[in-house]
Amino acid sequence: MLRRVVLIALPWLIVIGIWYAIAYSGLINPALVPTPDRVAWRFWDLMTHARLPVDILMSTQRVVIGVALGILAAVPVGFVLGWYRNVRTFIDPLMNFFRALPPIALIPLVIVYFGIGELAKVVVLFYASFFAGVIVMYEGIAQISPIYVRVSRTLGASDAEIFRKVIVPLTVPHLLTALRVALGVAWATLVASELIAAQQGLGALIQNASSFFQLDIIYVGIICIGLIALAMDLILRAVARRLVAWQERIA
Amino acid sequence: MAGRPRIVFDHVSMEFPSKQGRLRVVDDVSYEIDDGDFVAVIGPSGCGKTTMMNMVAGFVQPTSGRVLLDGKPITGPGPDRGVIFQEYGVFPWLTVRQNIAFGLTLRANRAHAAERNEICTRYMKLMGLSEFADAWPKMLSGGMRQRLALARAYAVRPQFLLMDEPFGALDAQTRAAMQDLLLEVLAAEGKTVMLITHSVEEAIYLASRIVVMSARPTRIREEITVPFAYPRADALHETREFNELRSHIRDLVMREYAAQAQQSQAVGAE
Ligand SMILES: Nc1ncnc2c1ncn2[C@@H]1O[C@H](COP(=O)(O)OP(=O)(O)O)[C@@H](O)[C@H]1O
Ligand SMILES: [Mg+2]
Repeated sequence: MLRRVVLIALPWLIVIGIWYAIAYSGLINPALVPTPDRVAWRFWDLMTHARLPVDILMSTQRVVIGVALGILAAVPVGFVLGWYRNVRTFIDPLMNFFRALPPIALIPLVIVYFGIGELAKVVVLFYASFFAGVIVMYEGIAQISPIYVRVSRTLGASDAEIFRKVIVPLTVPHLLTALRVALGVAWATLVASELIAAQQGLGALIQNASSFFQLDIIYVGIICIGLIALAMDLILRAVARRLVAWQERIA
Repeated sequence: MAGRPRIVFDHVSMEFPSKQGRLRVVDDVSYEIDDGDFVAVIGPSGCGKTTMMNMVAGFVQPTSGRVLLDGKPITGPGPDRGVIFQEYGVFPWLTVRQNIAFGLTLRANRAHAAERNEICTRYMKLMGLSEFADAWPKMLSGGMRQRLALARAYAVRPQFLLMDEPFGALDAQTRAAMQDLLLEVLAAEGKTVMLITHSVEEAIYLASRIVVMSARPTRIREEITVPFAYPRADALHETREFNELRSHIRDLVMREYAAQAQQSQAVGAE
């Protein structure tokens, strides 16, 4: 147990150690590298006296809505593409085309079509989550062995029963993986989405701070994004462990 | 033992589309499986055995001729014909008990919870799975998965059992134990069985009739009635009659294997 705690903490402590070493080495102008304790102090300051709780809330909300909508759309599309090999052959290049586009490049178009409100930001996150999620979904579903469908037919299952009792349970692990991948991509896209005239949010916080050269605030924003994304992934992994305990290996 | 014909192959042929036009796999096969028969089908790999079973299971339809079940053409799979696949096909997301109960939760053969439980418990006991009732299949050995597949098929009370090389992936000991278990279960609840196997010994030990198939396009090379009464025991393997029959069938099968191998080479060279 203690060993485990040490092993988990160690890489983090090493990173912080290197950070201190760089800050105090004199190799880089100290003004450009705020120390970890300075960033921690700033975090506490922003948390208690300023906007940080609202920023975290706004960003988390955008990510959750974007991912939820993205995965909701990815499930039926992933099903069709996973199930019908010939459809997939033609749609696959299209999917990869859209997935490869960096969301930040689309922002001018998003502003033209969706304005600069909340909707526009969610659209960017939806876009990123959908294409990340749909590919995980259909590659997973395409790998489902047809033997389970055959077996259920010989036991007397109707099409509806096969869907409900065989396809759905076999899809759950892929859904969870898609959700994890989409969340990761959405957090990585957050700052880009908040380039669209955002007043609040971690991306907005970072951009404002950069105008005033407040490096410690930039660090706070970046670290918050990383930590929230990490926490969400850990929660999803714990859920997956319970929900798909039957799997040979958990991804 | 032998009763009225239940499954009838009536001049059945099967062709698949292939690069060289059409590949003829089954060639004008006529055969009857009677009620209570245990028919073992043996022949070189790739000759068309699985295709024949798939027609009985209802997964494919013959290109000409008819496959009849109690006089009616087979149009699709159904719970009257239990299929045991070589890869077992045990549902990994269900526990052992839920796997066995699966068929009984379907509209086609729905049973009340109490009855379902009773059936599950009975087959778990029969197949030696009681201790694993709530385990995931990932925790089971190959032999146990095989028994689970058998229990799941039995739970919906099929009249026919179609088995495609069911024991091929098991080690020798487990295989022998599974053969005896199968005979035991069949003695308790009779079924009409079609079993595909590569093992001449297995065919003789288990079956009441053996069909030796030719190389592709497959025809019936020889029909053999196995002269040993049930119940059978391991000692049967040591008898002179068993060994004579084994040599005879082995000769036949070897010749067809050679023909098939030659043919595959010819196809490869084209
Ligand atoms: N769905 C199919 N489409 C095309 N060819 C097939 C199909 N199913 C089987 N075949 C071909 O039919 C031949 C016999 O196959 P199979 O019945 O599986 O043989 P066996 O079970 O005796 O080993 C093989 O050459 C195989 O490639
Ligand atoms: Mg086969």
